[in-house]
Formats: sequence, C-alpha cells, structure tokens
Amino acid sequence: MNQTPLFPTGPIQKVQGKCIYLKGNDIDTDRIIPARFLKCISFDALGESVFADDRLEKQGLHPFDQVQNQNSSILIVNKNFGCGSSREHAPQALMRWGIRAIIGQSFAEIFYGNCLSIGIPCAIIAESFIDSLTKEIESNPDLLFNLDINSQRISNVKQSWLLKIELGMKEMLLSGKWDATRTLLKEKDKIKLTKNSLPYINQFNPLY
Amino acid sequence: MSSETLYDKIWDLHRVRELTGGSTQLFVGLHLIHEVTSPQAFAALEEKGLTVHSPDRTIATVDHIVPTTNQIRPFADPLAEEMLKTLESNCKQHGIKFFQLGSGNQGIVHVIAPEAGLTQPGMTVACGDSHTSTHGAFGAIAFGIGTSQVRDVLASQTLTMKKLKVRRIWFDGELQKGVFAKDLILHVIQKLGVKDGVGYAYEFAGPAIQSLSMEERMTICNMAIEGGARCGYVNPDQVTFDYLKGRKYSPNGAKWDLAIKWWESLSSNENAIYDDEARFNASTIAPTVTWGITPGQAIAINSFIPSLESIDPSDHQLALEAYQYMRLQPGSSIEGLKIDVCFIGSCTNGRLSDLQIAAEIAKNNHVAKGVKAFVVPGSEKVAQEAESQGLDKIFKDAGFEWRKPGCSMCLAMNPDKLESDQISASSSNRNFKGRQGSSKGRTLLMSPAMVAAAAITGCVVDVRKFLN
Repeated sequence: MNQTPLFPTGPIQKVQGKCIYLKGNDIDTDRIIPARFLKCISFDALGESVFADDRLEKQGLHPFDQVQNQNSSILIVNKNFGCGSSREHAPQALMRWGIRAIIGQSFAEIFYGNCLSIGIPCAIIAESFIDSLTKEIESNPDLLFNLDINSQRISNVKQSWLLKIELGMKEMLLSGKWDATRTLLKEKDKIKLTKNSLPYINQFNPLY
Repeated sequence: MSSETLYDKIWDLHRVRELTGGSTQLFVGLHLIHEVTSPQAFAALEEKGLTVHSPDRTIATVDHIVPTTNQIRPFADPLAEEMLKTLESNCKQHGIKFFQLGSGNQGIVHVIAPEAGLTQPGMTVACGDSHTSTHGAFGAIAFGIGTSQVRDVLASQTLTMKKLKVRRIWFDGELQKGVFAKDLILHVIQKLGVKDGVGYAYEFAGPAIQSLSMEERMTICNMAIEGGARCGYVNPDQVTFDYLKGRKYSPNGAKWDLAIKWWESLSSNENAIYDDEARFNASTIAPTVTWGITPGQAIAINSFIPSLESIDPSDHQLALEAYQYMRLQPGSSIEGLKIDVCFIGSCTNGRLSDLQIAAEIAKNNHVAKGVKAFVVPGSEKVAQEAESQGLDKIFKDAGFEWRKPGCSMCLAMNPDKLESDQISASSSNRNFKGRQGSSKGRTLLMSPAMVAAAAITGCVVDVRKFLN
C-alpha cells in the first residue's frame, strides 16, 4: 500500500507513477473486494483488503503483494475488468491501495462509471499494444510512466503508447466535473420540469 | 442507433438536459436504497450540506446483511447491526419510507418493489445494486449504480448517464417441461458471453418471452447484467398489467385506465430500429448449469465440461483457472457431481413460483444424507404466501431448512456461507470465486427446480427425471 493517500480532487490532467499489471479477463468486483469487507459504513479501511482472497491464495506472489509493485499508481488490466456487483467499494479499495488510473482492454460498465465518479481515469488500450506495454513493465518494474489524459497516451522516457479515453470521461476529468453532484444541481428547475411531466407522477398515484 | 424502442421512449421522457461529452442528465423515477451501498452516500450528502431531493420517489429496505435464522435485534453481528441502525437513522432524518424488518414489506429490494406495485412500466429505476436490471421486466429502464451515483440521485433525483445501444434478443418456440426462465438466461449468457452486453440494453422479446409470467421475466432481466448488459427489459403487455392490478402502489380507479393506455404506448414499435439482434429458439434449450467461475461458463445438463480446444483462445486462461478452482476435468459430465449445500432463494429465484416448483420436487422426498439444504424466501410477503400454501411444511418435512427473508448465501454478507471448498447447487446469480463466503467455495448456478432435485439426489441431476 502507498503511504500518502492523496485522493483525486479537481481537474485531472495526468497520472504519474509506476505501473502494476494484473493479468486476466473478467476479474469481478467480488474478487477486487470480497463481500465480507462491505460490512462498513465508511470506505476508509478498504485499501488493505483489496484482492484479499486472491492474495491469500497466492501467498505473497499476487501482483499487489510483490515488492516491486509497491507504490504503483497505474493499474494495467485485460478485458471486462470490474464485472459483476455494482459495489463502489471496489474502485474505492483500489484507490485506497494507491491506484490513481486504470488502463485496460475493456471495462464493465458500472465499474467504469464508479471509477469516473471518484476521479480514477479508465483508459482503453488496444490488443496490439498491451503486450509491449506489459513486457516493458515486467522487464523494469521501477520505470516511471506518465499517463496524459489530453493526448491519450502513456509514456516513459523511451516509449509512448496510444490509448483511447472516451470523450465524456476525458472532458469530465480535464474539467474536474467528474464529481457530478454540483453539475446535476445546476438547473434545478429543469429537474422539476421533467419530474412534473411524467405521467406516472402527475397523473397516476404519487408514491406516498 | 436505435429508435422507437421502449428504451428510446423512456430515455427521452426522463432526459433533463444534455451535458458535455455526450452524457445526459437523466431523471430517476424510482430510487431504491439499502443498507450496503447507501451509508457513504448519505455521509457525502451531509458533508456537502445537501438534502434528499425527492424522498417521495425513494424507498428503502434492508436485505444484504440480515441473518435468515435469528432476526432479533440487536443482531449478533455488531457490524450488521451498525449498518441497519445507520439506514434507520438516515431514513428517519430524510423522510424516506423504510420497509423495515418485520413490517410485512421487507425483503430483497428487487423482490419487494415489484410485489408492492412500486415498479411500473415507463419508469427509470435506479438502485445501488447491479441486479436492479430485474425491474426491466415491467418495461422499465432499470440499472445498478455505485455509491457516488446513489449520492447524486439522493441529492438531485438525477444522474449522468450515456445512452446505451439496444440489442433485441428474440426467442421463438417455447420452453420445454423442466426448463425454466433461469435456464433460458444462463443459455443466453453462455452463448453471447459475459462481456457482449457491455454498452447495451437487452430487450427480451418473441413468443417464448410473451408466454412467461412476470416472475419468470424478472429472473431473465435480473441476469442481464451477468451478460454485461446494465439493463434488460421486456415490453409491457397484458401479463404485466394483470400482475400490477390491485397492488398497493399501483394506480387504481380511473387512474388505472389512464395508466394502461400510457403503458401500452411505451412498447417498442413494430418498425423500431435496433443496434443489434440475436435470435434463439427456446424449444431447444435444456436445463443449464454453470461449471466454472463466471455465469458464462455454463452447459446443458446432458453435455460435458468443455475441452480447452472448444473454447475461444482469449478465454483459455479463464477456463484453466475454472478447471483448477472448481476441480473439474474437461470432458467430464456435470450430471452426477456430488454437492454439499443447496440454496434456494435470491433476487433471481426467491419468488413464490420459484418456491412452488421447488416444493413440487421436494414433496414426498427427502434431502440426501450429508447435504445441507435451505430455502430463503425473497421477501416477508413471499414467506407469508408460501406458508399459507403449506410450502414451508413440505420443505421442512423433506429435510430443508425454512429461513427468513434476505439475500442470504447469494453473496454471504450474513451468517449464511459456504465452508472451505464445499460445492453448492444455487438458484442465485453469480458463481464467482469466493462469492458464497468461502475463498475456496464452489458454486453451480441452476434453476430452483434443479437445486431441489440436486438436494434430493445429493448430486447434480436432470430435473426432468423428477417431473415425468
């Protein structure tokens, strides 16, 4: 785990740090944070429990336990990362461990939205690029990388890989509007207008 | 891009405004909350000095953490007790209606809202739970959200969302005897995979869907998310209206006729345009069981665990992981596999009709020696109706435990858990590694009838042998 958990705030232009590669498709949120750790009313203590069961099984050999990966901040994954349960505890646990951005071949939808709403960029990497990126990381785990949101690239001193950051995510990260509450409350009259236009609210029964 | 589908119509009606980057601010017609994903959302609300925008469109219950044996307060588990207390105080403070334990209305959030008539055609429904897709069975657009979005919906009754594409999944034919809605959806996920639905809403349509009851449609929409699709829905029809008529929160009197008229107008038009379509014939589907660690790793009861060669190379690593974790050999039969625990319940299959079919199998039989079998009704109402029909007695006589409502061993956030490397036959929705509370526990997903049959024989068995 990282020592200084400074959580994302405001506009996010880049994420810098070491990369950690977690191989495998369809890694679900039950694996990222098993349900027993959801018995809490705050996310604060989740960092140490990330991948708890997988790490126990691998006895120190799980990427999140390997010495060379400590203090990494960019997580590299394969396809459909974060599938299953909608628990935001999953990205919260990753963030509290130290992850500040995720690069993957694809993401499950709810997980992807959860990441954005806490300021964790999710970038897509093409199949043709992921091998060379992960080889680079594995050959030198101490290498520092720079993920640049605007140019949609991850680079080290020698090389650069093109990524795809979906337009909506990109704009929200760059503008700092990923924390959506304020944006949503901006035009309250329009919310009221929509609410009152719905037949099930204005014509049938109100709930109570 | 899709047009004139039910999804398009409901989307347009609930659009508040367009945001930058292609997102939409969408109004949420029904917000369901529970004890696991709401406490941090309320805390964030307080931190920002905000209040709940529409308590009149918000309903709460407690389901994930409740014990299914002894529900006397305070709970034996202090963490569970703290979560329930937090929900109680949040609901009280913000004026949110709470379907409390023992009220007669409590149960799994995706069981109680439909049975109370809260879920209706044409609504947008959001809940901090991925199985919110269940409510799409009524012709609603229903989707799971994370805690930050729960906070946003509490604060504004809206959220930011990107419009999904729509894939119609069409079923000709009809389900054969002994084959259920659960088999149908497991079959779809096996064929289309667990990622193929990402970015889509699934419209389930065709003669085989139209002939299904509301409870069966709920089972299907419930598991759309297991195929990657955040929403699944069925166009509303007479079956939907018959189900809703007379329920507590359903429109009544003259409003009922108005509602029907509006609901009928919501169905996808005949000339609607879909982004994609998949076709199946329900008549060819057999009872289906999962053998691996994702709901897509499923097979027909009478076929064999697939060899590596028959699996797409990009899924080889996952298949190898599954063989090893499940301790199953490719090429071997799933039928006859010995099981330790049988669980009937969950938001997928914990409704009255699920318990009825399971009871039919259990009747005049007995749970096999060494097998622990238990039935967890989806809600207090389901429990009450089942008991009035004597189902509890049938189960108990057959050696099943009859429990109190809750999520139970579907996700094991309560005392119901697998131990060590036990194998369960489970009517729930996820067979992920460790899902049922033990990091080595193994889960086989199947229909509640198949679970009951497995309990009786002590191993995985084709339920059709019981029904003939």
